[in-house]
Amino acid sequence: MRKTVAVAATVALFGALTACGGGEAESGGPVTLRMTTWSANPDHVKLFDAIAAEYKTTHPDVTVKFDALPFENYTTTVTTQIAGGNAPDIAWILEGAAPDFVASGALTPLDDSIEDAADLAPTATALWKQDGKLMGYPFSTSPFGVFVNTDLLKKAGQTLPTGDQWTWDNASKVAAATAAKTGKQGLVVRDFDYKDWTNLATVFRGWGAEAWTADGKTCGFDQPPMVDAMTFLHKAIFTDKALPAPGVAADFFAGESAMTIAQISRASLLKEDGFGWTLVPLPAGPSGSYAVIGQGGIGVLKKGKNAAAAQEFVKFFTSPANSAKLAQFFPPPRQSQLNADTLAKANPLLKPEQLQDVVIDGIENGVVKPSHAGSAEINQAVRSGLDPLWKPGADVTGVLKGVCTAINPLLAK
Amino acid sequence: MTAPSFWTTRRRDQLTAYVFITPALFGAVAFVFLPLVLVVWYSLHEWNVLADSFNFVGAENYQKLADDPNFPAVLRATAFFSIGLVVLNLGLALLLAVLLNQKLRGTTFFRVLFFSPVVVSLLAWTIVWGFLLQDNGGINGLLDAVGIDGPNWLRSGGTAMASVVIVQVFKNVGLNMVLFLAALQGVPQDLYEAARTDGASPWTIFRRITLPLISPTILLTSIITVVGSLQVFAQISVLTQGGPGTSTTVLVYYLYQQAFQFHAFGYGATLSVVLFLIVLALTVLQWQMRKRWVFHEH
Repeated sequence: MRKTVAVAATVALFGALTACGGGEAESGGPVTLRMTTWSANPDHVKLFDAIAAEYKTTHPDVTVKFDALPFENYTTTVTTQIAGGNAPDIAWILEGAAPDFVASGALTPLDDSIEDAADLAPTATALWKQDGKLMGYPFSTSPFGVFVNTDLLKKAGQTLPTGDQWTWDNASKVAAATAAKTGKQGLVVRDFDYKDWTNLATVFRGWGAEAWTADGKTCGFDQPPMVDAMTFLHKAIFTDKALPAPGVAADFFAGESAMTIAQISRASLLKEDGFGWTLVPLPAGPSGSYAVIGQGGIGVLKKGKNAAAAQEFVKFFTSPANSAKLAQFFPPPRQSQLNADTLAKANPLLKPEQLQDVVIDGIENGVVKPSHAGSAEINQAVRSGLDPLWKPGADVTGVLKGVCTAINPLLAK
Repeated sequence: MTAPSFWTTRRRDQLTAYVFITPALFGAVAFVFLPLVLVVWYSLHEWNVLADSFNFVGAENYQKLADDPNFPAVLRATAFFSIGLVVLNLGLALLLAVLLNQKLRGTTFFRVLFFSPVVVSLLAWTIVWGFLLQDNGGINGLLDAVGIDGPNWLRSGGTAMASVVIVQVFKNVGLNMVLFLAALQGVPQDLYEAARTDGASPWTIFRRITLPLISPTILLTSIITVVGSLQVFAQISVLTQGGPGTSTTVLVYYLYQQAFQFHAFGYGATLSVVLFLIVLALTVLQWQMRKRWVFHEH
């Protein structure tokens, strides 16, 4: 009898578990779509909710819920939800995770869900295509620029170099001098924090360096451009003190540093009655001027319970009209909207020349931050390989060689 | 004569017993035994959540484990953390318990002081220590005031693991201290009086009377501490994320990285089987050893 009970209990439990895991059949009744995002910014949420409410007027059966997840563990949380049989219907996807999501077959193609797809900038969609099909829509194609606290510079008696003088050497000098005179920090590479090294692409691209070749097969860390870029960065951190040292927290938007490299969507963090600021493109490096883009995409998950309804909503969410609304936070991939006029309406904080120099030129000429299939594992290996670099007197060439030794087997996978 | 009824007293008692333990049994099956079996089953598969693949690969994940260049470093980090934690935690807890067992003014205050971290939320505790241990944080500020240039605690290879161990020791030393205090107060006073009458030194009294009589508590605390130390996760995740390099990547954190960050759920399951076996082996070993070093068991 003991055995029978045990077997029955196990069978019942297995049955319950498999029932949880399986997708439910689609019905004609009301559906609730869940879209995961990494933004809990009240202004963003208000706009999303407004778009969803407008959609409900024509699709009374469809309710869309926006589920803001913490940015630091965003991809991990989404994949865990997928593993647990609780996949979101629609998910934002970070550029770093794009190759994994696009190539894995986890997403449904969006070609039929995008109005006027010919309008999308090819540089913006490159990362999101698989065999010619659009698997994700890059709703945010946001170039990196340098925000400058002009009040702090003035206090330190520094002037911001312009034109040809806006180079990494001069940027570092001004940052170091301002830090020394004000007791604040100089230049902060936002979200780098000596962990997310992909943000350093905003620096090392100025030397023409790349983490790996375009085909993703050859490591670029031990190449001369990267060695030069990292030597510069190491000196700027530990000798010139132009950048905060490891473990030093400084938030530009709280007035704690002279400059920060960040995406333009961060302008929303600036307060109207706060310090004086300006936004300029990334400084020129030895290999000339350059631009770097961070992207966010939207994908419809195959494992979601209402894939067809989700595709319909994505069509609405990404339509030219809604894309223009979203443009105030997220630079759109639509070429017809990439002009100073449209963007100025949506970004009252930014001046037309800032939009032209940083946003429009940036999207046209920019390269997307490094990404690769299996990016989480590669990023972890690079991060731990770069750790010995972040102390005074480090052997830059040796450390970078070590990074390549660590990631070569992963790049070859 | 009628045939004996099926429901004998014994059978009825058994049924009652089973009915009573069913709720607990269901919980144990659903949340302990079944996951245990499933983890072993998963460890025999290549399971990528994103690609929705779940393929039987036999012992391939175990082969991968044997060839994994990171695994020896992970085991070393785990051993370093566990040994460091157990030695420091038990040593300090016993010392504090002996000191606070004296009949002196203010001992209650110190008992509360050392126990209070136990009831603080682990995450809050760890996050605050993260701030204190920053390069420009509170600890180095204090050291600076007395003219010492403190290291970058959480970012240099030599101090990162030691810092994590110490943060954890202070978090939990109070619990072991209270257990030791209870044990110390259970030692009969007449034994001490007899020993003193015979002219035994305080050290001899501690070694010959106190230690043997509290040895069951030492066994209990060492099992709890060892098993707990192998499950350390939040502290690593908040303070160091396994770095610098892989110097603080302990087994549970590595398992988390493989399964949840690199999407390799099968390999993650393999690592948790290894963790299970290590915990099992250590617990069995300690239980066996009790025959040799626990002198007094109720």
